[in-house]
Amino acid sequence: MTSPYDIAIIGGGNAALCAAMTAAEAGAKVLILETAPKAYRGGNSRHTRNFRCMHSGPLGPLVESYSEEEYFADLMKVTAGKTDEHLARLAIRTSEECLPWMQEHGVRFQPSLSGTLSLARTNAFFMGGGKSLVNAYYRTAEKLGVDVLYEAAVTHLQLDSDRIAWVDYTHAGQSHRISPKAVVVASGGFQADTDWLTRAWGEPAKNFLIRGTPYNRGVVLADLLEQGVQSVGDPTQCHAVAIDGRAPKYDGGIVTRLDCVPFSIVVNKNAERFYDEGEDTWPKRYAIWGRLVAAQPDQVGYVVIDAKSLNLFMPSVFPPLKADTIEELAVMMGLPADKLRATVEDFNAACGDTSNFHPTELDGVTTTGITPAKTNWARPITEPPFYGYSLRTGVTFTYLGLKVDDTAQCSTKDGPIKNLWAAGETMAGSILGQGYLAGYGMTIGTVFGRIAGREAAAYAN
Amino acid sequence: MQTDLLQEARRQAEICNACRYCEGYCSVFPALHRERAFADGDLTQLANLCHNCRGCYYACQYTAPHEFDLNLPKALAEVRRDSWESFAWPGPFARLFQTHGLRIAVVTVLGFALLFWAIRAIGSAGGDGFYAALSHNAMVAIFAPAFLFPLFSLALSLRAYWKSVGGQPLRLSHITGAFGAVAKMKDLAAGHGDGCNFEDEDRFSHARRHVHQAVMYGFLLCFASTSAGTVMHYVFDMHAPYGLFSLPKLLGVPGGILLTVGTTGMAMLKLKADRNLADAKAWGGEMAFIALLGFVGLSGLMLYALGSTALMPVLLALHLGAVLSFFLLTPYSKMAHGFYRLTALIREEQNKSPTPNPKPAAAA
Ligand SMILES: Cc1cc2nc3c(=O)[nH]c(=O)nc-3n(C[C@H](O)[C@H](O)[C@H](O)COP(=O)(O)OP(=O)(O)OC[C@H]3O[C@@H](n4cnc5c(N)ncnc54)[C@H](O)[C@@H]3O)c2cc1C
Ligand code: SF4
Ligand code: SF4
Repeated sequence: MTSPYDIAIIGGGNAALCAAMTAAEAGAKVLILETAPKAYRGGNSRHTRNFRCMHSGPLGPLVESYSEEEYFADLMKVTAGKTDEHLARLAIRTSEECLPWMQEHGVRFQPSLSGTLSLARTNAFFMGGGKSLVNAYYRTAEKLGVDVLYEAAVTHLQLDSDRIAWVDYTHAGQSHRISPKAVVVASGGFQADTDWLTRAWGEPAKNFLIRGTPYNRGVVLADLLEQGVQSVGDPTQCHAVAIDGRAPKYDGGIVTRLDCVPFSIVVNKNAERFYDEGEDTWPKRYAIWGRLVAAQPDQVGYVVIDAKSLNLFMPSVFPPLKADTIEELAVMMGLPADKLRATVEDFNAACGDTSNFHPTELDGVTTTGITPAKTNWARPITEPPFYGYSLRTGVTFTYLGLKVDDTAQCSTKDGPIKNLWAAGETMAGSILGQGYLAGYGMTIGTVFGRIAGREAAAYAN
Repeated sequence: MQTDLLQEARRQAEICNACRYCEGYCSVFPALHRERAFADGDLTQLANLCHNCRGCYYACQYTAPHEFDLNLPKALAEVRRDSWESFAWPGPFARLFQTHGLRIAVVTVLGFALLFWAIRAIGSAGGDGFYAALSHNAMVAIFAPAFLFPLFSLALSLRAYWKSVGGQPLRLSHITGAFGAVAKMKDLAAGHGDGCNFEDEDRFSHARRHVHQAVMYGFLLCFASTSAGTVMHYVFDMHAPYGLFSLPKLLGVPGGILLTVGTTGMAMLKLKADRNLADAKAWGGEMAFIALLGFVGLSGLMLYALGSTALMPVLLALHLGAVLSFFLLTPYSKMAHGFYRLTALIREEQNKSPTPNPKPAAAA
């Protein structure tokens, strides 16, 4: 069986597109198989806003410099050392040449978004966000002669000892089989498959929301793992954050973020507090609260703030619930009113001197005599109207993935698979064992997408 | 103004305010991100800052079929048109034209008819050139009020706009800042300088900016040509027709060409663009207006080319009729957008004083 294509690329997000453009520029005939319809193409990449980039001097939108050592140190802080240093440094070092490459391939950058100045040095923001990046790449890829098939769901890669013999996919209700010379897998994680997530995490996962695409269901990942392709990463782990409980099940994206926790008290459905809301500045706590909420009954939390805190955080996508008394707010949120009243009163009584309150710094304004304590920004909730949000666990991605080497090549226990490469989320576990550094996902996808495209084209030519 | 249109724009603005990905595209987003809640006047102002480049639509991860159903260019276009209708003066009459190409055509035909009638009934007192067909005094009698009335009407409308968006007393810097933005059509290049997403989905192109520039400069040249003629007539006692190397011709001929070419290009782009990303209701009115403006340019050029033939009186009636209806319709047609946009930019200069929202988290 032959195929008019040298290379089939599975997925239609950032990693897939970087691989496709690179391979096409090297002269290969490339087909992208994207399971999503055109309107939803681009997977989680369409939800992104920036990528983290090393640079030795001002570069594009980035100011000052950001060295390999500093970048690597930042990474080690969030992964608690669970990092493949060789691959991580490869991604970091290559990120610098990626920025101009991205511009040449149509990506436009913008200055750090209002309110994200802390990232102006480290993260380059895409003008219009990830979907505009994806759009630009599709335009460029098509100009380079890459063919794109939407609504093409890959179901199986046939592994014959050390080669992929063929690729099965369905399209327009029909099954198809092609035998390209080389294959690149860039089809993301499995977080959108709630059953798999539930098997891995347990029952609570049924109540998790998925922040990104509903199409990353790990079909190809599962298929390859079943055939003995080597994996990496903790299968029971996923990256999760606390988001607005009213967010849609899938694809709520960045806007469902809630930044009000440090200025609030957070209770569970029994109206009890369960963790220090003021432990650290919000960006650093963002991911922790995903897990905290996941551990509460029904995997839901409730945030209560009062009028004086409303303007201290980024506006939320949906307006908060609003009431003149704590009891009324409790009823609106479906919480036991007496209990919430008591929790708020206990908390208020534990608040002390608030004159040092400072919303953007660890101000040490703390409670005394309650457990859990609130160790910063602890101001009594007294000023009506009162506002409420619900919090749920929102999954960003899963860690289990394909193990690759520094040429992005996959392997079995017997050695490399000659014509199979992987890039992006689906192999990110090879680099990050836990934790996450803002903007690193797109760095991994861009760096390893380009490597996979280059290697696959070299093999196919 | 229509509350459902405002409410829809508000819903979308709130989503954008939590997202901010489009901040670099145009003046709308920095203005939007300064607010936390959107009063009707805020939305009116945002709507008039938007020039429908569609960059934010194609970049948006929340467009249909996503349940958030973002379509900011459309939502703002509808509020914009609705704001022009509600500010237009005099009242109900003013609301007729934004959306109705047919009515614009009817007014134009009436303009033609009036001029034919004038030429036949008033004729000339034996002047030269065009004045052989219609006397100078008759032209002035028709066109002076037709020029002054729309200016008066627009002034009232802009005053109402200014009030509704909470405008402050003016300073010179506000005005120079705004004119700077207009002269470069800065926003039409988008924040990255690659242009609009207009005629070919998400492909960036300068086509729309270029045709728009042709129309604007063409119009201004034609206007300057007429003004030059007026000055020459009254101040220097030099009467039409003017030779090729006279000021009115040096301005008017390139102006007419730019206007004709620009409007043709604009109409072609509009035919290719997705109507659902603008105010679909206003499409007919906008197209008719472009056609009218193009006809003003074309008939002016024809009059210049064939002015000494027997066709002259017919062409003169058509040209002056088109000019007449163009003037009269200015406050009630797409032509008003330039005035509103300039006013909105002046207001934006006032608003730029920094009172930023709190910082968002640096997550994901
Ligand atoms: C809300 C949100 C915001 C984020 N923001 C950032 C950010 O600002 N910066 C950053 O670096 N990272 C960010 N991330 C993480 C980032 O999205 C990922 O790291 C990155 O997009 C991964 O790219 P990818 O190409 O590997 O996967 P994706 O972009 O998810 O692409 C996977 C593709 O595979 C397709 N696919 C899946 N299964 C199949 C199949 N069986 N057959 C065919 N095709 C299939 C999908 O449709 C999709 O097109 C964010 C994530 C989320 C959810
Ligand atoms: S248009 Fe869409 S992508 Fe742009 S700011 Fe608004 S919500 Fe975000
Ligand atoms: S359509 Fe263009 S001008 Fe209007 S808001 Fe969107 S990006 Fe700005």
